[in-house]
Amino acid sequence: MQTDSLHTEELLVNMGPQHPSTHGVLRLVVKTDGESVQETLPLIGFLHRSFEKIAETLTYKQVVPYTDRLDYLSSMNNSLAYCLAIEKLANLEVPERASILRVITAELNRIASHLLAFGSYALDLGAYTPFLYSFRERELILSIFEKISGGRLLYHYNRIGGVARDINIDIISEIGQFIDIMRKKLNEYNELVTENLIFIKRTANIGLISMSDAINYGVTGPCLRASGLKYDLRKVHPYSLYEKFNFDVPIGQGLKGQIGDCFDRYWVRLKEIEESLKIVEQALDLLREGEIRTKISANLKLPAGEVYVPCENPRGELGFYIISDGKPNALRVKVRAPSFCNLSILDPTCRNTLFADVVSIVGSIDIVLGEVDR
Amino acid sequence: MNELFNLLTNKATNDFLPIFNSSSSILILIGLFLISGLIIFTLMALTAMAGTYAERKISANIQGRIGPNRVGWRGFLQPLADSIKLLSKEDVVPREALKFGYLVAPILVFLGAFLPFVTLNFSEHLVIASLSAGIYYILAFTALEVVGILFASLSSASKWSLFGGMRLAAQMLAYEVPMGFCIITVVLLAGSLNLTEVVQWQATKTWIFGWTIFRSPVAFITFIIFFIAGLASVKRAPFDLPEAESELVAGFHTEYTGIRFAIFFLSEYASMFVICALTVLLFLGGWVGPIPTLTEDIGRTLVDEFYYFSREENLSYFSSFLALFSSKSEGGQKIIFNEVIGFINFVIKTLFLYFMMIWIRWTMPRIRIDQVLYLGFKVLLPFSMVCAILAAIQIVL
Repeated sequence: MQTDSLHTEELLVNMGPQHPSTHGVLRLVVKTDGESVQETLPLIGFLHRSFEKIAETLTYKQVVPYTDRLDYLSSMNNSLAYCLAIEKLANLEVPERASILRVITAELNRIASHLLAFGSYALDLGAYTPFLYSFRERELILSIFEKISGGRLLYHYNRIGGVARDINIDIISEIGQFIDIMRKKLNEYNELVTENLIFIKRTANIGLISMSDAINYGVTGPCLRASGLKYDLRKVHPYSLYEKFNFDVPIGQGLKGQIGDCFDRYWVRLKEIEESLKIVEQALDLLREGEIRTKISANLKLPAGEVYVPCENPRGELGFYIISDGKPNALRVKVRAPSFCNLSILDPTCRNTLFADVVSIVGSIDIVLGEVDR
Repeated sequence: MNELFNLLTNKATNDFLPIFNSSSSILILIGLFLISGLIIFTLMALTAMAGTYAERKISANIQGRIGPNRVGWRGFLQPLADSIKLLSKEDVVPREALKFGYLVAPILVFLGAFLPFVTLNFSEHLVIASLSAGIYYILAFTALEVVGILFASLSSASKWSLFGGMRLAAQMLAYEVPMGFCIITVVLLAGSLNLTEVVQWQATKTWIFGWTIFRSPVAFITFIIFFIAGLASVKRAPFDLPEAESELVAGFHTEYTGIRFAIFFLSEYASMFVICALTVLLFLGGWVGPIPTLTEDIGRTLVDEFYYFSREENLSYFSSFLALFSSKSEGGQKIIFNEVIGFINFVIKTLFLYFMMIWIRWTMPRIRIDQVLYLGFKVLLPFSMVCAILAAIQIVL
């Protein structure tokens, strides 16, 4: 029998922008042959809000709340990166207490973001319950943030020169309680999901990203570390007093399959939750009385020059490249968004996998469309 | 019920006709058919609606939520409210859809879920028709559901539906064959294709030790295989690939709305009940155990009693029916007592399996299509074949 007679037509499937597991408004044009995927073309821009243009027209202080809206699941980390960039260009000193508070909020936000990544990844793979469990714990963080900053999703907590509000002893004890609860719940997650045979079957050896590929495509964050490279900006280029803290950088070890598969990316995130808990614990001990903000003039003008400050976001390296020409607003603001760069490796990773694996891979890369489209 | 049916079909000519006058006997026959139909329809609708409620409440409990609690006492009327909502929705037929297939599909799915109820033994005599090939009757009509879903997926003119249908077709092959071998094992052990006789065979030992699963180690493995294959046949997680929400949006029923969607939805819960009931009847003793029934043999059936009152004592049908419950009838009360206990036994075990299905759904992730095929063809099929052969050897020895 000739194999040509078995040839079937390729099917072009338009997955998204309205699809349950494209995490917002990602549109994937998937070329499939039956269930096997030939090509995946991500089409983006459905959530474009011209952040970079807005950042050029507003004054530096006015831009800070907009940065919250880039990766709306880790607002604290975004505004931290932007404030650090401005402070570096303006040569501003940040009080120690403010830096510690920034670390606490950033790490709590990292936990919240990873919890959501964990829950929605399980949901992508068809397990509904972990999603609600992770939201239950995320809720604790959100209520802490609500007490700290007044917001539950977009906080506008980091300001140029410090933070908006101080925290009191009640909030500190609440954070302490959260750390205890979270440590217990991580075991529950491992029992329910990590050790689940079906989960392992769906993630191990799926969507392999080699270390060299990850570097070449500019993949950063947990996805890069899952491929085996111990690269964490908090360690490599410490900012905001991160050099004072003692924590590990978990890397993918190929526990259930090969290094750099979906399981490793998932596993690295869970491990990072543990490390973040450690950092928060140490930060609470380091917290001393003091100023929380450096006074800056109402009309902040930066000296002419340019600066690039990268920060370790939950999703990877978030960098703000700012060019100032001495006016109250920036000449150019460029955002190096981790989700955008990580998304670029989707097509080579998804080649010759099954349709269900595309969902698994997209979930494991953990993108936020607010940041991809900006 | 069963005896009444048999009487009407077999004995009507010689025995039963003298009671009725001949012209009305056809009417009564039709009437009984209609009543039976109505009973199973109500039964199906009720189990399906209770199923949706149970699913929502149990999943809420598992996930640390409250679940429906607004409509009626503790949200008991939620399924009713859902049905009314779905009934009042617009019935959309996509422009590109093949109309015939699109409209026929829900009916086929409904029939596939509805018809197996005819031969399910709710207790020894509480069955619409105890068919001599009842097991294959159920299998045949649950397979009809697959045909309906394939119709739906191929005629919806949606790629998601197409994917769902393709997956279902592949999945069906993977689970139907092991399921058949599991049934062969039981049929070999019990020596009958009639569900009533299969359970009567299981009633021959004391208490629960007559159940098929305790009769042979082979049968226990078969039970597990059958339950897994059953999960796949009703498209429950982890085998819900044809309607995998996070991959295929809604799979084969993506384009369906309103009442047609409701039919798909309710049929799923009804066929879940059918599979659970079938598992109980084949493996867990049906109406036998865990609550023991009266062991003494009454030697008469309810119809004999009914017969006696209506013919010998010349009572009207209604009063002879009432007499069955009174002290006038010798065996009547005992038989009714046994039937009630049997019904409770059956329902307890069926609902337990139903609960298991819900529990599994809200715990497990979904497996991939190639893994379903691997499981079906390379794990379940060889094991079930070996079990069937071992059962045959056990019979010969």
